[in-house]
Amino acid sequence: MKKLAPKINVTLKVWRQKNPDDPGHFEMIPASNISTHMSFLELLDTVNEQLTQEGKDPIAFDNDCREGICGMCGAVINGRAHGPEKATTLCQLHMRKFGDGETIAIEPFRARAFKIIKDLAVDRSPFDQIIQAGGYISVNTGGAPDANAIPIPQDVAEKSMDAAACIGCGACVAACPSASAMLFVSGKISQLALLPQGKPEAAKRALSMVRAMDACGFGNCSNHRECEASCPKELSIVNIARLNREFFKASFFSAEK
Amino acid sequence: MNWLMSTLGSSIGKKLMMALTGLGFIGFLTAHLAGNLTLYGGSEAFNAYAEKLHTLGPLLTLMELGLIAFAITHISTGILLFIQNRNARPVRYARDERAGGRTWSSVTMPYTGFIILVFVVFHLLNFSFVDKTNTTIFEIVSSAFARPLYVAVYVSVMIVVALHARHGFWSALQTLGANHPKYMPTLMVLSLVFSLMVGLGFGLLPIYIALRV
Ligand code: HEM
Ligand code: FES
Repeated sequence: MKKLAPKINVTLKVWRQKNPDDPGHFEMIPASNISTHMSFLELLDTVNEQLTQEGKDPIAFDNDCREGICGMCGAVINGRAHGPEKATTLCQLHMRKFGDGETIAIEPFRARAFKIIKDLAVDRSPFDQIIQAGGYISVNTGGAPDANAIPIPQDVAEKSMDAAACIGCGACVAACPSASAMLFVSGKISQLALLPQGKPEAAKRALSMVRAMDACGFGNCSNHRECEASCPKELSIVNIARLNREFFKASFFSAEK
Repeated sequence: MNWLMSTLGSSIGKKLMMALTGLGFIGFLTAHLAGNLTLYGGSEAFNAYAEKLHTLGPLLTLMELGLIAFAITHISTGILLFIQNRNARPVRYARDERAGGRTWSSVTMPYTGFIILVFVVFHLLNFSFVDKTNTTIFEIVSSAFARPLYVAVYVSVMIVVALHARHGFWSALQTLGANHPKYMPTLMVLSLVFSLMVGLGFGLLPIYIALRV
């Protein structure tokens, strides 16, 4: 066991990139007297305060809820999406996971489909394009239907909920050696395909979401399973198998083109 | 037929082609290994097997043509996937650590695949496209494996084939959508068993022949 110090000194080896066209580079930034109770984002806040006081440009990074539910935060820490801890987002990672004197490599989520806006902030709007292509169900407006009008077996509801746990953070793409978005898409397809409400549009949805995914320039899944291992919500690749089945069903057995 | 092209051209469609042709190769390897095991029975058993095989005539030619079609599909799609996947991340990570998914076998797929391709050409030149008048196939095989270099090449490549099949087998099933919490653990074990079978089954043959003569 590493000895835990209440305060540690670390060096950040952090990716700095002014804008999408800048080639970017690593910058070494020392951070001293860091409380091990801090979250990783609080470390970045502290360093940014220091940079601001020195008249330097603070490190740009995305964040919002800071409690692991919104999916805004994320970076590759020491070669791992969201850092070394399993089933957590970057905002849930704590400095007690790091040793005194350690150099921490911090890189943005890298993929051709995810343009770097600045430093660690990346444009994940391709995910929105995929959702717009079919990640919804069509419902007529009017009085709210009775919640229990359509019976759904508990285990099916559970599977759908497990898939719906995806917060769209993009760690699956970042961790995939091929920068594939299959785990994300499989979650979004599964959560709907499993439920009766999602079935009428299932074929159309599978075809258009896969096409949108391909058009965004993500890589092809090679079943490395790095996505599953890096997902903060632990989505299983069972969902990817279901996505493939949905896609084959739609392609070979439906009238949808 | 437009829909078929767009299905096969999609990311999942390309994986489908890899999986189907890959499973075809797994079937071929199984049959090939079963046949080659007659080498342990000595010269007569092996020559008899080879003769039997060739009595299949047009059926054999048909299967060979099928294998060539599968190989062309598997290789060209594999190259395309390799290029596209590299391009999907133009700037690599300075530090890239395994989170627990990828294996030696999975990350080397394009490279082990390429080695197998080169080997297949070498292998066919050794044993298929040779003058077989005044000799038997057993003699050709045993004189090849009398050379330590051939034994070394064949044994190493069989390890490479085992590595490719280790990931390929279960990966193909996953691609086809055959993932289920109840069966996947068994399929993973089956994948390992198959690759060991291929590695040991083919890999020990050259050593056996070399030590025999
Ligand atoms: C002729 C030389 C070969 C080449 C160039 C080659 C190349 C490749 C490549 C690059 C992949 C990875 C595709 C990806 O997921 O990104 C792959 C997958 C695969 N290969 Fe091969 N391979 C060859 C021979 C074989 C043989 C002999 C077998 C039989 C064991 C085989 C079985 C498979 C299987 C089952 C897959 C997995 C398909 C999937 O993931 O769905 N390949 N091959
Ligand atoms: S900031 Fe919301 S998940 Fe991390």
